[in-house]
Formats: sequence, structure tokens, C-alpha cells
Amino acid sequence: MDFSTFLIQLLNSFQYGLLLFLVASGLTLIFGIMGIINLAHGSFYMMGAYMAFSLTALSGNLLVAIVVGVALSVLIGFLLEWALFSRLYKRDHLDQVLLTYGLILIFEELRSLLVGDDVHGVPIPELLSASIQLSETLSYPVYRLFMSAVCILLAIVMYWLIRHTRLGMMIRAGSSNREMVQALGINIDLIYRIVFGLGVTLAAFAGMLAAPVSSVYPGMGNQVLIICFVVVVIGGVGSVWGALVAALLIGLADTFGKVIAPDYAGLAVYVLMAAVLLWRPEGIFRRI
Amino acid sequence: MEQGFNRRRFLLSTAGIAGGLALPGAPLFAQSANKIRVGLMLPYTGTYAALGTAITNGFKLAVEQGGGKLGGREIEYFTVDDESDAAKAPENANKLIKRDNVDVLIGTVHSGVALAMTRVARETKTLLIVPNAGADEITGPLCSPSIFRTSFSAWQPAYAMGQVMAEKKHKNVVTLSWKYSFGEQSVAGFKEAFEKAGGKVVKEMYLPFPNVEFQPYLTEIAALKPDAVFVFFAGGGAVKFVKDYDAAGLKKTIPLYGSGFLTDGTLEAQGDSAEGILTTLHYADGLDIAKDKAFRSAYAMAFKMQPDVYSVQGYDAAQLFAAGLAGVGGDVTKREALIAAMEKATIDSPRGRFTLSKAHNPVQDIYLRKVEAKQNKVISVAAKALADPARGCRM
Repeated sequence: MDFSTFLIQLLNSFQYGLLLFLVASGLTLIFGIMGIINLAHGSFYMMGAYMAFSLTALSGNLLVAIVVGVALSVLIGFLLEWALFSRLYKRDHLDQVLLTYGLILIFEELRSLLVGDDVHGVPIPELLSASIQLSETLSYPVYRLFMSAVCILLAIVMYWLIRHTRLGMMIRAGSSNREMVQALGINIDLIYRIVFGLGVTLAAFAGMLAAPVSSVYPGMGNQVLIICFVVVVIGGVGSVWGALVAALLIGLADTFGKVIAPDYAGLAVYVLMAAVLLWRPEGIFRRI
Repeated sequence: MEQGFNRRRFLLSTAGIAGGLALPGAPLFAQSANKIRVGLMLPYTGTYAALGTAITNGFKLAVEQGGGKLGGREIEYFTVDDESDAAKAPENANKLIKRDNVDVLIGTVHSGVALAMTRVARETKTLLIVPNAGADEITGPLCSPSIFRTSFSAWQPAYAMGQVMAEKKHKNVVTLSWKYSFGEQSVAGFKEAFEKAGGKVVKEMYLPFPNVEFQPYLTEIAALKPDAVFVFFAGGGAVKFVKDYDAAGLKKTIPLYGSGFLTDGTLEAQGDSAEGILTTLHYADGLDIAKDKAFRSAYAMAFKMQPDVYSVQGYDAAQLFAAGLAGVGGDVTKREALIAAMEKATIDSPRGRFTLSKAHNPVQDIYLRKVEAKQNKVISVAAKALADPARGCRM
């Protein structure tokens, strides 16, 4: 591998890692702060991708689709929290797994009824459809760079939100002691609803953003679910910062695993996870 | 500990024997119904639901065209949704064989499920017609007198593509596929033909199924600069790969080839990125075959949708079974004569006439197709009457 190829592979891993972070950040919020094992997280990702597909077909513009889609996702998140998840906080993990697994099946079936089982593509917006020539044979689509930029921006916003705002303070307090926060007169139910809505929206947004490059197909959510849990476990449950570092590490392990030891590429990520857990059983960063 | 474990194993195995005895044998009343019992074990939910429906439609169309009968006998259908779940496959197959006592089993799409069905059919000596799953083993090491296939083996389209790419004077080729048996069998078939004709596979790359993060491989391909690339992907992965390959600017300099699944049922989603890609398969759009035109219009009339390669395979499964029944005057109990008649049959398929190999896989023409205006237009016959080598089949 010459140096320029190495740099391009580095770019690949960075870009993949950032996208992983975007999908996993919602999961780490819901899992870490609310203590809910949300297996339906992948379904929210799929829901976002299908929204991008249907809304782009209707409006003819991905940007409009994303704005409408985000609003819808927030609404769906609030609705699900109010109707189902708010009943789960005091139950044990098994009940949560059962409910969220059921949701996976319901979402898949709904998707099949509403949109069908075909594979669909989502066009890249005209403005971002160019590509940059990197070497004599390889060029890099601008849209991929745009995705990375959006992910970085979101990471900064989330960091600021959780570390430096009043809402963030309440969220952090709520994650360490729910009863005490309530006793201090903070509406913890509302806080949880916001966090859950945020988690759902992040997953759906990731699906919408990725739809033009990943295409839209049945069962796409289940593929990202496992890797998301790996990100959360490596990064430390509930740590957004940790999720970012973990996602970037996984991007590196996956990309260079594929290049250096293609026969064992599937293993690379899990070897990384095992190594990190041996070194730090609680993940790289604990808590927010 | 040791003792307890053994006792548990003993209990389990006796329970198994008792359960086996409790299963109903061939009920006597089955014959009195005087209808032929056809078991359809296909995916009606999940990713492959559309394929299962297409196969069922094709099968039923052939039966309808025979006046609702096959070989002069009326048909009764028994249906099981296999959900493309290999873990449930033996149980599902046994439901149709033991409970419904079917005369023939038709299925399925997913190769893993079909392999499990093949094993059950071998054990119970049930007549099985596979209308899609392309795993080489079905008409290879697992072949059996009662197992037939009306689709293809993974080896067939890939081998034909090896010849095509060698004729196009490509010398160094990189291959890429998912690391699972169908992908590996495709690459093996391609490599066999391509290297026999003097080409060289400079690198075989695999990625874990169903991973679709192709960027590292595209970077590798750009660095290696081969003359061409051969891939196996299907469904969502095929859509993403074709689009990524185009977006990386590789399509302009390094031509992309594949088994037909790369561009079948995916063209709408792939859009312009797929234009001009060459693939090989046993069916194509725009075939100049009278039977195909008749089939297409009849199918569109009956089901209000366009047929595809899967409906052709379902249609031919019914035709093959009908040929067998015709040979025994509709008497399914004359098992050996039925199988002999099926083996000797020439199927007048929409894809063109085909016969069966010794291992019961179609000996068929493989077409070279080019993507034009969202259709897989036939260009030429890539391999005439190509027979799967049926390695490992002893029959």
C-alpha cells in the first residue's frame, strides 16, 4: 500500500466511523441515560431511510424530506415514549427486550405494507452530486464529505447541549438519580420524553442522511443495530464522547481489517471490542 | 456432573425416538381424494416475499394453461411460508411431507433453506423441484434421483461470464463478493472459465455478509488498476455496490461485470449508475422467443404485473412436473417411471428450450445482457447449452 492509498483508506475509515457515531449516539443516549435496551433502534434508522425515500419522491428534494422527516421522527419518538416506553422504566431488561423486539417486527411489517419489499434508491441532491478526483482512477463523492461534516457538526452540538446547557445538566442529573431530580421539582418525565425523542430522531436522521449512499431496503436496520451496540459498549454506556471515539476506532479497525487481512475482516471489529473490554471492562469512557 | 449429562442425553434421545414414532405415517385416505397434492414451500413474507409470489404465480399460470390440471389430474395446493429461515426449514418441510402428505414439494428461494429441504427430501425420498436456490450442492454432492431444479446453479452464469471476459481480452481481473457459499461458488465458477482461457485473477476479495461498506475495496481496486472487475452481489447490496462503484469514478476506467443478479430487480433503484453494465444469466429482457412473448402477455393478463426470471422458474417447475405426470398417465405411485419421464423431458421454457443434466440441473443457454434504459437487454448467447459439472454427485 503506497502512501496516497493509505491516506485515502484513512479518509474512508474516518468517514465510516463518523456515520456510525451518528447512528449509535441516539442509542447511547437512550441506553445510558434512560437505562433502556432499545433493540428497535435499527428500526428507527430504517424508518428514517424510508422517510427520505418517500418524502424525496413527493417533494423532489432531499433537504425538504429531511426537515419534514426530522419533525415526524420527533413526533413518533414522543408518541412511542408516551404510549410504551414510559411504562418500562421500572421494569427489568427482559421486558424491554421483549417490547423492543416486538417493535422491530411491527416496523418491518408496516414498512412492507406501506412501501413494499423492493430495494429503492434515493437521488443525491444536485448541489452535492459532484466528486473530487483523488488519484488517477479514484474520485470521492462530495456527498460523502458532506455527510462527515454534518456528523462532526452534530457531535459538537451534542457535546455543547449535554455539557453546557441547563437541559443537559438536568439530563445528566436525571441519569444518575431519577428520584432526587424529581424531588428537586424538575419534570423528569418530560426530560425522559425529550431524551427519547432525541434518540429516535438521531437514528432516523442518520438513516435519512445515509439513504442516498446506502440505498433503502428491507431489514437494513438490523444490520446497523449490532454494530451500534458494539459502539456503545466500547465507548462506555451513556457516553456520547466515548461513542465518538469508539465509532472512529471501529471505522479504522473495519477499513484496515478489510485491506490487511480480508479473510478475517468480519472479526476485526470484535477483536477490537474484546481488547477494549479486557483493558477497560466499563468501556473507554464511563458516563457522560 | 458426567452422570447427569449422560442421563439427560439419554432422555433426550429416547424422547426423540418416541416423537418419531408418534409422527403419522402415510395416511391411507390420501389416495381417495384423487387430486395431486402439491406442496409449495416458499417465502411469502420478508425480503424474498416478492420472489416467492412470482414463483407461485408462474407455477399456477402453467397449471391454468393446462386447464387447471397437470397430467390430466386435478391439483390441490398446500402452502407453507418458509420465511427464508433455514432454522425452521426441516420442520416446515416435514409439515408438508408428513402432515399434508404431498406428492411433490416445490421450493425454495433461499439457498440455506433449500439445502435443508434437500436433506429432508433425500431422507424421506420425496419428489422435490427447486425453482430458484442456486447452491451448487443441490445438484452436486446432495444430488438424488428425486431432486430436480428448474433454475440454475451458482456456477453456471459465473462460468459463462469467465468466457465472455476472456473473449473481451481482459487479462488481469479483480473479483469481489460476499464471503458466503453462493458468492464463493460464483467466483470459483468465474475463475475456472477465465483462467482456463488465459486470464488471471490478480486478487480475490471478499467481505463479510451482509456488510455493505464497500469504500475500502473500491480504494483497493483503484490502486490495483485491473483491466476489469467481476462481482457477485444481489438485492440491496447490489444496488449500493453499483452506485458506489459509479460514484468512485471507477466505472469510466475499469469496466464492471457480474452474475445477472447484480442488475435483476434492482435497476429502478440503481438508476443511471447501472447503465451499460454487462451481466450473464439464463433469462433476459427482449428475447426473440415466441414462447417468451406468449408467456409474458399471459402472465401480465393474469396477475396484472410483469413476469421476471423467478416467475419463469416457477412456470417451468410446473411444466417439468407435468412432463413427468404425462409419462405415467397421472399416476404418481409409479415413481420410477415418473422420474424417468422428468429426466427425459425437454422443457419449452420462456427462456428457451432446455433439458436436464444427469444431476437434474437445467442444461441451458446463458445470455449476455446489457443494461439499457432500465432493462437487461439480451446481446448474445454467452454460453450455448451450458451444463453444470455437478461435482461430487454420485448417481
